[in-house]
Amino acid sequence: MAHAHDDADVTRRDFIYVAASGMTAAGAVATAIPFIDQMNPARDTLALATTEVDLASVTPGQSITVMWRKKPVFVRRRTPEEIKAAQDVPVDALPDPQADSARVQSGKEEWLVVLANCTHLGCVPDKGNKGEFGGWLCPCHGSHYDTSGRIRKGPAPLNLAVPEFRFISDTKIVIGEAPAPAATTTEGA
Amino acid sequence: MAGDYKYKPTNGFTRWLDSRLPIWRMVDEQVLNFPTPKNLNYWYTFGGILTLMLGVQIITGIVLAMHYTPHEKLAFDSVERIMRDVNYGWMMRYLHSNGASMFFIAVYIHMFRGLYYGSYKAPREVLWILGVIIYLLMMATAFLGYTLPWGQMSFWGATVITNFFSAIPFVGEAITQWLWGSFAVDNSTLQRFFSLHYLLPFVIAGVVILHIWALHVPGNNNPLGIDVRGPQDTVAFHPYYTVKDGFAIAVFLLLFFYFVFFNPNYLGHTDNYIPANPLVTPAHIVPEWYFLPFYAILRSVPDKLMGVILMFGSIFVLFFLPWLDTSRVRSAAFRPIYRQAFWIFVVVCLGLGWVGAQTTDYKIFDLGPKTDVVEQIVEKAKADNVTGQALEAVRTQAEEQNRRAFDATDLGRILTILYFAFFLIAIPLIGVVETPKALPRSISEAVLAHGGSSQPARPQGAHA
Ligand code: HEM
Ligand code: FES
Repeated sequence: MAHAHDDADVTRRDFIYVAASGMTAAGAVATAIPFIDQMNPARDTLALATTEVDLASVTPGQSITVMWRKKPVFVRRRTPEEIKAAQDVPVDALPDPQADSARVQSGKEEWLVVLANCTHLGCVPDKGNKGEFGGWLCPCHGSHYDTSGRIRKGPAPLNLAVPEFRFISDTKIVIGEAPAPAATTTEGA
Repeated sequence: MAGDYKYKPTNGFTRWLDSRLPIWRMVDEQVLNFPTPKNLNYWYTFGGILTLMLGVQIITGIVLAMHYTPHEKLAFDSVERIMRDVNYGWMMRYLHSNGASMFFIAVYIHMFRGLYYGSYKAPREVLWILGVIIYLLMMATAFLGYTLPWGQMSFWGATVITNFFSAIPFVGEAITQWLWGSFAVDNSTLQRFFSLHYLLPFVIAGVVILHIWALHVPGNNNPLGIDVRGPQDTVAFHPYYTVKDGFAIAVFLLLFFYFVFFNPNYLGHTDNYIPANPLVTPAHIVPEWYFLPFYAILRSVPDKLMGVILMFGSIFVLFFLPWLDTSRVRSAAFRPIYRQAFWIFVVVCLGLGWVGAQTTDYKIFDLGPKTDVVEQIVEKAKADNVTGQALEAVRTQAEEQNRRAFDATDLGRILTILYFAFFLIAIPLIGVVETPKALPRSISEAVLAHGGSSQPARPQGAHA
């Protein structure tokens, strides 16, 4: 039979193979997407939540832990010495350089609000042990944070993250809402 | 080699079955009469022990799943109910939790055995790789299972281990949230972990079948590390090794049941009897003992990403072992230098395990005061006009508080370097520089030299 050697025929068959495998691969990928995506946070989990915190009972030097979007958050009322220590550190010398002023709201320097999960592997630093820099010491692998929640020593790569939060009165904040722009500037004055 | 033995059906029924589903042929050729080297010692019984332990975990696990509730609000209490109210529930749980530890004791002995007798070398590379895959699956399964009781260690272990993936640049955070199904470890995480914890043991069972298949193509290695040359070197698996394995299993079960019935929480952590609390991390979190060496490697690296890479690398290096080894001689019995390196490696692994259990700043040796810091403090005191006795007091106090020490992290660093040096330097190099001892000509010759009987140890008719 001549047609086994017919170039046109061979090409057509090749085309069918390639097209069929291509479609199958595309189908496999399309099928994989829902199966992978179902593991991502569901809609109810994603529904953004805010947490209101009453600051009235927090005394200077004290730190409380609240839950916001399933994560623990430290709200710490810093003493004047702690604020000064945080401001006096040369920023370039930090592993994750950030000035204290970029981590607190101006006029409200007393209040430090940071996500409590260590940026190493997620443990919650010990409130009882302030570590070598007066902030927190993570018990898991020994990361030391300073009084601005910045990483100073240990395996954690980043500073404790600062969530968005807004003062709704002098003694109340809402975590999860952007600070009112006017409030920050007037209060700074 | 797998041998020349062939099954012959003996009656009408077996002949009929053999031409339709040759299952008895498989049992007869691959199990009962499988030609097995005469000289296997007790280190070779751990394969059988592992198979048994997989069965124990699957059976007790299915029983536990009948009473367990995978929900963040109910899981802890459902496990307590298993312990207090379900008939023999305490026994099922203690068999399962201690069974996991026994499984790991057995797999570590099994792996060190392979390392000692060179069982990973040609023609058994695929067999070895399948073994490493089983080991990885076991670790995943045990980690997932440990989160299920939803105690403090469950929760924080899950948090720390899933956070390994947050070290991946750019996509790390997306991956961890995908693993959690949330912004932190929570109920979504628990439910998927339960689903996967149920699944993986059956995947392990599948890979075990491939592992045994890959074993039965070249046949067993043996303590001499030389090839089987013919029927005089082998005995049938049954009854010779069924009995030897059976005896080893009985002894192993004594150890297992000692823990289950007399010391069931010895290998666990008391913190796991405290319900999970996402607000507070226990002061000293440590993984289960079988993960400690890897945990020590992770902690000995001051950088997050590098720590995670080295930790995974310490296991992945095993995949390349067959090609890292430059020596053709398998058994360490004939490799004087490798044998020493092997034992140092065993000590290194145990040392890493010890380091993993300590706090990072656990002081091993005191190296005296940090003189520069002490001097600074004293200078400052002098500047403040402190003198005489008071100054001496300042100095003593400063010397007490600022001490240099060789701590657990330092030891961990040294051991981590030695761990990798064993695989990446010692193994390739020793094969080149070492002069192996003379190998015996055959297994049977070596066995007989030790005063064995010259009777062929083979049941009647096993070799046609
Ligand atoms: C490779 C085999 C397996 C290993 C290594 C393993 C390991 C573990 C471990 C370490 C725990 C935690 C025990 C504790 O501290 O309470 C656990 C719990 C559990 N496992 Fe497994 N498991 C295996 C197979 C299975 C299978 C096949 C099932 C079947 C569904 C199962 C069901 C469970 C359940 C329901 C729990 C929670 C109850 C409890 O904590 O005792 N496991 N597993
Ligand atoms: S999780 Fe905090 S140091 Fe590792």
